[in-house]
Amino acid sequence: MLDDFLIRAALAGIGVALAAGPLGAFVVWRRMAYFGDATSHAAILGVALALATELPVGLGTLAVALVMAATVATLSGRGWAMDTMLGVLAHSALAFGLVAVSFLPSVRTDLSAWLFGDILAVSVPDLAFIWAGAALVLALLLWRWSALLTATTNEDLAAASGIDPARERLILTLALAVTVAVALKVVGALLISAMLIIPAAAARGLARNPEPMALLAALIGAGASLAGLGASLAFDTPAGPSIVAAAALAFLVSALLRRA
Amino acid sequence: MTLIAAHHLAVRRGRDEILSDVSLSVAPREIVTIVGPNGSGKSTLLRALLGILPAAAGRVSRKPGLRIGYVPQRLQVDGTLPLTAARFLSLPRRRAPAEVAAALERVGVPEVADRQLADLSGGQFQRVLLARALLTEPELLMLDEPTQGLDQPGEAAFYRLIEEVRSRTGAAILMVSHDLHVVMAASDRVICLNRHVCCEGTPRVVSNAPEYRALFGHGTQGALALYRHEHDHDHTHDQCHHA
Repeated sequence: MLDDFLIRAALAGIGVALAAGPLGAFVVWRRMAYFGDATSHAAILGVALALATELPVGLGTLAVALVMAATVATLSGRGWAMDTMLGVLAHSALAFGLVAVSFLPSVRTDLSAWLFGDILAVSVPDLAFIWAGAALVLALLLWRWSALLTATTNEDLAAASGIDPARERLILTLALAVTVAVALKVVGALLISAMLIIPAAAARGLARNPEPMALLAALIGAGASLAGLGASLAFDTPAGPSIVAAAALAFLVSALLRRA
Repeated sequence: MTLIAAHHLAVRRGRDEILSDVSLSVAPREIVTIVGPNGSGKSTLLRALLGILPAAAGRVSRKPGLRIGYVPQRLQVDGTLPLTAARFLSLPRRRAPAEVAAALERVGVPEVADRQLADLSGGQFQRVLLARALLTEPELLMLDEPTQGLDQPGEAAFYRLIEEVRSRTGAAILMVSHDLHVVMAASDRVICLNRHVCCEGTPRVVSNAPEYRALFGHGTQGALALYRHEHDHDHTHDQCHHA
């Protein structure tokens, strides 16, 4: 079954969506959209470093995404407005990544695969990496769900209940870095934060409580992955952007439903 | 017996000393109110007592296993987070629906259970926060400006509710306020704070203290008027001290 590249692609898309949906809900609730951008753009730098040192790409992106996420978490609240600082970090990570990649001829030729994903080329080991990462992210979120949600609602209330908000932030940071590493192959560095934010935003209007919103975000993301893949086949469009476009249409429908 | 106490507590933010040498204690069933001007460190003191902020000097001691219910100042729930009042009461610990309904009933807002937190009025929201704090069956209830943004009848009703909670559950109450008018009448003890404890005592003693008058002097005719008719104050009971 896994011999069919289409099945592998569909499973890869669903795997990413299942992790990115619930995590994306937290990204939306905590207004961390730029944080997601900074972390995912740093992935390109991770690709360059991994290829230069002949390490697995997944490991390189994971390491750089972790460093970036930790940097952002540490720098936040140190004088700069958060959006300014994240704007600086997100775009410089991307720029340095692209510069680093230019020193590696093998990647240079294939740059768009790293920027926009190459879901149709997902191999069986890639698939294992994606599902292992997605399972790790979901396990982290489930394990910490109540504490994460309390800390997201109000940090002081959480602290008064014996929850350490800094620890919960760290958990989310870790989950974000893993998701970036996992999603790189599927939608590419530029569109990872789209897979975090758009399904969650689409789910917002349809949910009255956090859990349904997270679940819906996962389902919308999975649906968008399949629809995007289908569109990519039918119209010969790039798969990663088609998936994000499908998610955006789901958001539009949800927004219209909310109005109605 | 003391529920919670601060011993020569200091709290810094960066180099700025927000609180210095603060000592206070709360006994069971007591209603203690902290008053002080804006920026006097009232919220900081509550947060330090809760352990949210670290002590730069001195320490906080609690009765072992003390159950605290906390109602923070003006909680903002982001509009992107869908959350009903009932679900909020189940954070972080899951509560049975009957327990949630009973808690909302107790604070007089049974109708808001399925409403979005973001859609509640100021008064309803404060009551929901109080309901959540009461679910832990607290021995000490800590409230940070609980009536901010409420109109006068709403404010009065909220303080009546607090009194009722004390008499029903026996919980001690430590609250921060700047609406002296109502607070003075409802408290057993008032602590006047301006980065340090300016004066402390029964409402009558504090309202006559020169430190208190220096801080609140002209703007509080109403609060003072409550106590002026009892002109028998006696400085041997006066615990006011300069820092």
